[in-house]
Amino acid sequence: MSANQLTLWYLIASVLFILALKGLSSPTMARRGNLFGMIGMAIAVIFTTALVARGHVDFIVIAMLAGGGIGAFVARRVQMTQMPELVAAMHSLVGMAAVLIAIAAVNNPSSFGVADPLPTGNKLELFIGTFVGAVTFSGSVIAFGKLAGLGKRFRIFSSAPIVFPGQHWLNLAIGLVMIGFGVAFFLSPDEAWTAFIMMTGLAFMLGVLIIIPIGGADMPVVISMLNSYSGWAAAGIGFSLNNAMLIIAGSLVGSSGAILSYIMCKAMNRSFVSVILGGFGAAEGAAAADAGEKTVRSGSAEDAAFLMQNAESVVIVPGYGLAVARAQHAVAEMIDMLAGKGVNARFAIHPVAGRMPGHMNVLLAEAEVPYDQVFEMEDINGEMGTTDVVLVLGANDVVNPLAYEKGSPIYGMPIIDVHKARTVLVNKRSMAAGYAGLDNPLFYMDKTMMVFGDAKKVVEDILKSLH
Amino acid sequence: MSGTVDPTVINLVVFVLAVFVGYHVIWNVTPALHTPLMSVTNAISSVIIVGAILAAGPAEVDFGSALGALAVALASVNIAGGFLVTQRMLEMFKKKEPRAAKKEG
Repeated sequence: MSANQLTLWYLIASVLFILALKGLSSPTMARRGNLFGMIGMAIAVIFTTALVARGHVDFIVIAMLAGGGIGAFVARRVQMTQMPELVAAMHSLVGMAAVLIAIAAVNNPSSFGVADPLPTGNKLELFIGTFVGAVTFSGSVIAFGKLAGLGKRFRIFSSAPIVFPGQHWLNLAIGLVMIGFGVAFFLSPDEAWTAFIMMTGLAFMLGVLIIIPIGGADMPVVISMLNSYSGWAAAGIGFSLNNAMLIIAGSLVGSSGAILSYIMCKAMNRSFVSVILGGFGAAEGAAAADAGEKTVRSGSAEDAAFLMQNAESVVIVPGYGLAVARAQHAVAEMIDMLAGKGVNARFAIHPVAGRMPGHMNVLLAEAEVPYDQVFEMEDINGEMGTTDVVLVLGANDVVNPLAYEKGSPIYGMPIIDVHKARTVLVNKRSMAAGYAGLDNPLFYMDKTMMVFGDAKKVVEDILKSLH
Repeated sequence: MSGTVDPTVINLVVFVLAVFVGYHVIWNVTPALHTPLMSVTNAISSVIIVGAILAAGPAEVDFGSALGALAVALASVNIAGGFLVTQRMLEMFKKKEPRAAKKEG
């Protein structure tokens, strides 16, 4: 196996990776796409191992079996509500692997077929790959802790933003010092271990510091952003090792994460910069203080069931509250019952419903809701005016009509237009404000009926009444 | 113009084209499958394992090859975990018989 042959195999693997991503354009094609991805990965791994056949293949195989076993075990066991944590944990592993490879490359460039000591250009790229990898690792560890709810035990994982005066200046200073060490590293004629270690250490620190000020509900952006970083880290390492496979795969993943971050920001009407600077959501609940003066109409689960089964069309808007209450199975059964009674019952999903992009779709799919009953916001908004009953389950800001009022903090955010429906049922645990800390005029409309209580309990009660 | 092309320039060409392809392919992904997209891109970025294999490869064992072997293990967790969990999720998106009929029957 020569390096040229290997690169041609990498070309095949790259095409298979592109097909894997292309398959995700529809649920029917996606499984075949995933198979292409696996084949591509197998090709890359087997032929790279063949290149080093005279070396320690035994170590490599043992490491693969150990790692692969853990990965397979976790993939089988993980609950769908825990997907965000799993993805965050996996990002951190990519980041760490990038850092380890970078250290190995400084230690012995010749094993990668690069000149020893590393040429200056490769060092610059290695610096970028290491820095991004280290930030991905420590940032993802913090994101994992926040998502897994470790904040109760360790304050650093708190889902509320951790902010302190001069935070951004501190980050900037650390960033500049890190770049300084990076410059020292790639200008130095020899290995320059000190500069390299200092730079990597500071990058780890920076990863922690840039994620702690970001609040829990901005997690869909953070997790997409770290997805992107893990790709760029791989691409950076690929540049320094002149490895086309890593550059192509890294760029595909990097652009994927970047696009997802963009979609998430747009769905929350936040700029990427404001999410990164963090601190949003620190004053949670403050603006809802005057809610007591207005009156809401509240009803029971039986009332809700009565309204829904006599409607022609029902749209259910699930939010993260639904996932927290693990009510997705009960909701799936409810929509079946309604369909059985001749009601046109469908789901409407806001892009940021859940803790990561597409999370709600997966939860509903797990509960065996057919995907053709699940609609994206822009596909169903036009029909809201002719919908008889909307049931909002554990969602708040994404259905807040204040988004249409100039001057409100969420002005311009795309929402599901449930206020246009004839009757609106809102399930919430209490009148507390949503993540944005805003009151929601929807709750006080004449056509709105509040159904207070835990989402799962309420849906189960509705089910009982439907029987 | 003379001489050979620097590998960095070739890398840059590959990089820009790959970003371009990625951009166009990802915009076509249906929003319903964004979570599987993230888990599969996780697996794909773990192709960084090829770097780890090269690092772990040399016949003489040293500090670098030990780190390489560790990186192989970390990336393997992701590869197996990423593809299998994606598979698991995509199975859920299979077209299903209406559930009511299944239960009544």
